[in-house]
Amino acid sequence: MSASRLTESIDFHGSALLLRAERQKVIAGNIANADTPRFAARDFDFKAALAEATGTRPQGTAAPASQGVATTHAGHIGGGTGGAGRIDSTVQRYRATEQPSLDANNVDLDRERANFADNAVRYEAGLRFINGSVRTLLSAIRGE
Amino acid sequence: MSLMKVFNVAGSAVSAQSQRLNVVASNLANAESVAGPDGQSYKSRQVVFQSQPTPDGGAGVKVASVIEDNAPAKRVYEPGHPMADQTGYLTQSNVNVVEEMVNMISASRSYQNNVEVMNTARQLLQKTLQMGQS
Repeated sequence: MSASRLTESIDFHGSALLLRAERQKVIAGNIANADTPRFAARDFDFKAALAEATGTRPQGTAAPASQGVATTHAGHIGGGTGGAGRIDSTVQRYRATEQPSLDANNVDLDRERANFADNAVRYEAGLRFINGSVRTLLSAIRGE
Repeated sequence: MSLMKVFNVAGSAVSAQSQRLNVVASNLANAESVAGPDGQSYKSRQVVFQSQPTPDGGAGVKVASVIEDNAPAKRVYEPGHPMADQTGYLTQSNVNVVEEMVNMISASRSYQNNVEVMNTARQLLQKTLQMGQS
């Protein structure tokens, strides 16, 4: 069993954690701009971003044109599967307007707060998964 | 780490909202101010918010400008007042007190929201720092 198999789960949850943090920032931006005229609320497709960051695609979807980055130097970090830290697919999109307002701001504060809380809980869940994996590994190493 | 950027984003919003609150306070304080000898009365001020993109995809806020409201000044009939003109009218500021109170409540709520955002980010960061220790 290679070392990467041992830490596979931790790597996956690490990528998810990075994306959760990224999304937290985007939602914080929406909440911050709740009173800004002509501001359009934004978000990104978490599922697609995570699939790209971890190199796993959801079933039934076509492979993206460029999977991974080219490594042209020995010091380059490889892309492809398990390329942790690759969060370049967090393309932001604008949220659809549900209740138009006079100043053309479409931030739905209730929804954003719900998203923010939801994202925070999922971030914590990711942390617990990592902690659990670490504890499992440590107990296996110690043989206790 | 993106969670650190949350502080920048929410911090910019808190700062902008507190500036808005400041302007509201100034307007309310001058709601009853009368025009000086030059006939110019206090003009209500309003902040203009603008989204300020951070280099890493976040969206902060800044106060782009503070504009003066050009609505006509209030005219009150008060012949006994020392600052009244020949017709007995007093020129007061053009502050709409009800609007300012609404502004104040809105600013205060937005401020609270952003403080809560920062608190959540702080808790998450603290738990991240303790990762693998428990």
